[in-house]
Amino acid sequence: MLLIYCPYCEVERPELEFRCGGEAHIARPTDPSTQSDEQWADFLYMRTNTKGIYAERWRHIHGCGRFFNALRETVGDKFLKVYKTGEPKPDLDAIAKEASR
Amino acid sequence: MSQPFRTHSGGRIDRNKQLTFQFDGEELTGVEGDTLASALLANGRHLVGRSFKYHRPRGILTAGSEEPNALVGIYRKGDQTPNLRATQVELYDGLKAISQNRFPSLDFDVGAVNDLLSPLFPAGFYYKTFMWPRAFWDRVYEPIIRAAAGLGKPPINPDHDTYGNLYAHCDVLVIGSGPAGLAAALAAAETGARVILCDEQSEFGGSLLSESDATIDGKSATEWVEDSIRSLSAKDNVTLLPRTTAFGYFAQNFVSLAERVTEHMADPDPALPRERLWQVRAKEVVIAAGAIERPMVFPENDRPGIMLADAGRTYLNRYGVKVGDNVLVATACDTAWQAAFDLADRGVDIAAIADMREKPSEALLSVAHARGIRVETGCVITGTQGRKRVSGALLGRVTSGGVTSAGEVTCDALLMSGGWTPTVSLYSQSRGKVVWDDTLGTFVPGAPVQNERSAGACAGVYGLSATLEAGYNAGEQAAKAATGKTAKLARAEANGADAGNGGILGALPHDRNASKVKAFVDYQNDVTAKDVKLAVREGMHSIEHIKRYTTTGMATDQGRLSNLNALQIASTSLGKPLTDVGLTTFRQPYTPTTFGVFANVSRGDFFDPVRRTPSHDWVVENDGVFEDVGQWKRTWYFPINGEDMHAAVARECETVRKSVGLFDASTLGKIEVVGPDAAEFLERMYTNPWKKLGVGRCRYGLLLNEAGFIIDDGVIGRLAEDRFHVTTTTGGAAHVFATMEDYLQTEWPDLNVWITSTTEQYAVCAVQGPKAREVIAPFVEGIDLSPDAFPHMSVATGTFCGVPCRLMRISFTGELGFEVNIPRRHGKMVWETLAKEIEKHDGTVYGTETMHVLRAEKGYIIVGQETDGTVTPHDVGMSWAIGKNKFDFVGKRGLQRPDLVAEGRKQLVGLLTKDPKVVLEEGAQVTKLANPPAGTSAEGHVTSSYHSSVLGRSIALAMVKGGRDLMGKTLHVPMPSGAIEVEVTDTIFVDKEGGRVNG
Ligand SMILES: [Zn+2]
Repeated sequence: MLLIYCPYCEVERPELEFRCGGEAHIARPTDPSTQSDEQWADFLYMRTNTKGIYAERWRHIHGCGRFFNALRETVGDKFLKVYKTGEPKPDLDAIAKEASR
Repeated sequence: MSQPFRTHSGGRIDRNKQLTFQFDGEELTGVEGDTLASALLANGRHLVGRSFKYHRPRGILTAGSEEPNALVGIYRKGDQTPNLRATQVELYDGLKAISQNRFPSLDFDVGAVNDLLSPLFPAGFYYKTFMWPRAFWDRVYEPIIRAAAGLGKPPINPDHDTYGNLYAHCDVLVIGSGPAGLAAALAAAETGARVILCDEQSEFGGSLLSESDATIDGKSATEWVEDSIRSLSAKDNVTLLPRTTAFGYFAQNFVSLAERVTEHMADPDPALPRERLWQVRAKEVVIAAGAIERPMVFPENDRPGIMLADAGRTYLNRYGVKVGDNVLVATACDTAWQAAFDLADRGVDIAAIADMREKPSEALLSVAHARGIRVETGCVITGTQGRKRVSGALLGRVTSGGVTSAGEVTCDALLMSGGWTPTVSLYSQSRGKVVWDDTLGTFVPGAPVQNERSAGACAGVYGLSATLEAGYNAGEQAAKAATGKTAKLARAEANGADAGNGGILGALPHDRNASKVKAFVDYQNDVTAKDVKLAVREGMHSIEHIKRYTTTGMATDQGRLSNLNALQIASTSLGKPLTDVGLTTFRQPYTPTTFGVFANVSRGDFFDPVRRTPSHDWVVENDGVFEDVGQWKRTWYFPINGEDMHAAVARECETVRKSVGLFDASTLGKIEVVGPDAAEFLERMYTNPWKKLGVGRCRYGLLLNEAGFIIDDGVIGRLAEDRFHVTTTTGGAAHVFATMEDYLQTEWPDLNVWITSTTEQYAVCAVQGPKAREVIAPFVEGIDLSPDAFPHMSVATGTFCGVPCRLMRISFTGELGFEVNIPRRHGKMVWETLAKEIEKHDGTVYGTETMHVLRAEKGYIIVGQETDGTVTPHDVGMSWAIGKNKFDFVGKRGLQRPDLVAEGRKQLVGLLTKDPKVVLEEGAQVTKLANPPAGTSAEGHVTSSYHSSVLGRSIALAMVKGGRDLMGKTLHVPMPSGAIEVEVTDTIFVDKEGGRVNG
């Protein structure tokens, strides 16, 4: 069982307290009516499903209840970084370099 | 003493405590400290089982958890636990064991005919033989295979035992208590670090318990173990866990341990669990799992009496048992010589030491010479004799041209050693990658991937001094890494038990007819050297394929005994270096682990929470019948005077429509949506418009996902400008709440809204029927119930029976209806009050079945029954629920997708069978023709179907392609007994005008 750091509670807690919310940084368009069918299908269904570093939404559902974002390395199943909702997506290349060191 | 093979002194046993036990009904004796295996051997019994495929007689091969042959069933508490390793089963007085995989008896087993038929059972036999036809697999092949093969029989009764579970944290977890593990624990504990030391055996000490003449700090090895354990147990920062197997190494140093708490006791305290699961989060882990000896792969290497050399030594030195009177030792490495010397010193005849190597060390030769032991060098075993016990062996001289016969030797036991294999299972589980060590001729752990270090023999470090040193270092380093603290513990000085040389991998050469003899690689799965070679010839070139084709390494030891030999045979056959053939992955669990450990307390009522409504006790007292709806217990129907379900539901339905009914709706999800932007939030979530809904009014809400499909519905009442009472379906409550939170937090953080789940806070009594107002009126205060003041779809707060209440006038039956929401703690009182009151009005309590029939009569959908996650509001005729002038809501864009606006989608319709008595089956397919040709796709399916007692006929709802254009048309519902004719109708069967909601 993984340990996950909640950036709001500022504690490490077992995975059981959290729920994954799928890929992060997919914002719902502010006016969906302007979206073409292709754009909307992309928003609904297309995910990068990266082999490597993946930005995901996680929710501390049995703790503070808040959503945050995390970078998880999907091959080794390791959390590399967590950050609060609304904070910009980190530079994945820089994180990858750091992780390989 | 009646145990003829018991020595007179020595060992970790108490000869004064005699124990009686049964094996296959025969009464035998052992002593305290025995395992079942050592007790059987003390009685001269080697034959303990029959092999998996060929039913060959098998004996005890090892003295540890890797035992492949000696699997037994143990009777306990009136049932039998199968497949326990006799080498791990501790003897207690009255123990009852049975052998397995034999019929009718161990001595005479009819399945042994498989051995004679063995040419029919080559590698991949199952794949080749039972390919087709498919139906034969289910009806013929599998039952026969299951009956003929297999190991023990599973217990038939529910498990009587209890199991414990606990989480633990420590600085340093030390796995294994041989010299390396003990030294690591001592060194780590010295720093003050919190240490857990676990070992799968009953006694700490590992290989030290089998030592004969080695000393540590001038003490015997076992004295040093005792002193070390005494000093560890005196420390508050140390937890000692014997009989505890570390079976799983997971991410971030999360290690699972299974502790056998009472299995070894004759009469355990019933308050204690049988086993205890420890889930340990360790800052640092020291793996000191040791090494195990490899069998030698020579023809007929599986007869009872053939055993690993170190096991023979363990039985002698630790358990005081001689494995035979005349023992032949076959080896390719030094350590087996020590077994021969120890046995000889105990008066056992050594028939010979046959060492494959041309030139074993002079030191060994001279010790053997001094004891008068015959030594054959450059010599292999080429076959053995004896049916149920080895009686002799063929020797062969290894020459440059092959093997030539070197005569026969008689013996009653044969000890063998192909060298040592480090136990890298847990290191592999930690996701470490093993590396090949050419000097040792084996795989050893590579770089650690987690906060872990392997120490001692499991890392390829042999010899007592070196092992102790590796343990001390690992313990110190682990403690420092975990706590930052250091302490230098004085090193114990060891003498003896030096590292040996030698070892062999793969099949040994011989001069026998290779097509006739069996040399076993994997004992438990009956895989021979020939099978591995055949697999290679038939095109299996990766070890993963060879493993699956032959089943080698798939036994309960996961190939700890067999992998390297199998790899070497494959590598030779393929002409590729061993490291290119690959190594299969070691997975959890390290040894077989009971389901009880995993299931633990999650059984019965603890398997899943049971949620009960406030009416529960009353329903039990009044003989209501429950159904499970998710975790909820809901009342299904209330039979009276011996009614069956059909009669009860018919009566309940008629009574509700005629007078009044009371229904427990507490399970409905409830969410309080509060804040200045509450209406805006609901506007965005639900399809309906909310901003203009007046305070005190309710509206039906429909919730979609972004794809445009219905996911939930419920009535929403506005209690104030900034406060809504939202209801959801019973099953959808948690998901709807989570979805709302998701949008609020991540998409619309600008909205000033709080949501709170209040499902558990309110009990809900639904009163439905023409007399509903009369029933509730006497108890309501503060709310004007008159139709003008409180019309259909109203909500108000007041009191009910003197307790605070939210009263809603809503209907899921089509009748005049009220839902009384009261604080849950008052739910029982209100329910009982109303149950009494409705009697005065000739009313009834009713359950979920009647609720379903009544709503179906009105054509109201149930999300999850009429819908299946691919259904839009238009499909179910609810376009009216979509706010036409809304800028946006969840699913609005989705509804415009081409597939969702296309013609020919399935639409909700009513179906009336031509024969009013016939009730359709829910889920049945709807077709145009009565007998459609095979391959025709259905036009739709039945979603709801009931007998309506009010209408005196059956009714059904269905999703049918273009259904609303088919009104009055005839369709068919094909069933095994013939097609049923149906007419397509609208969805409302009762009160089409909808006047009854006004009472
Ligand atoms: Zn948190």
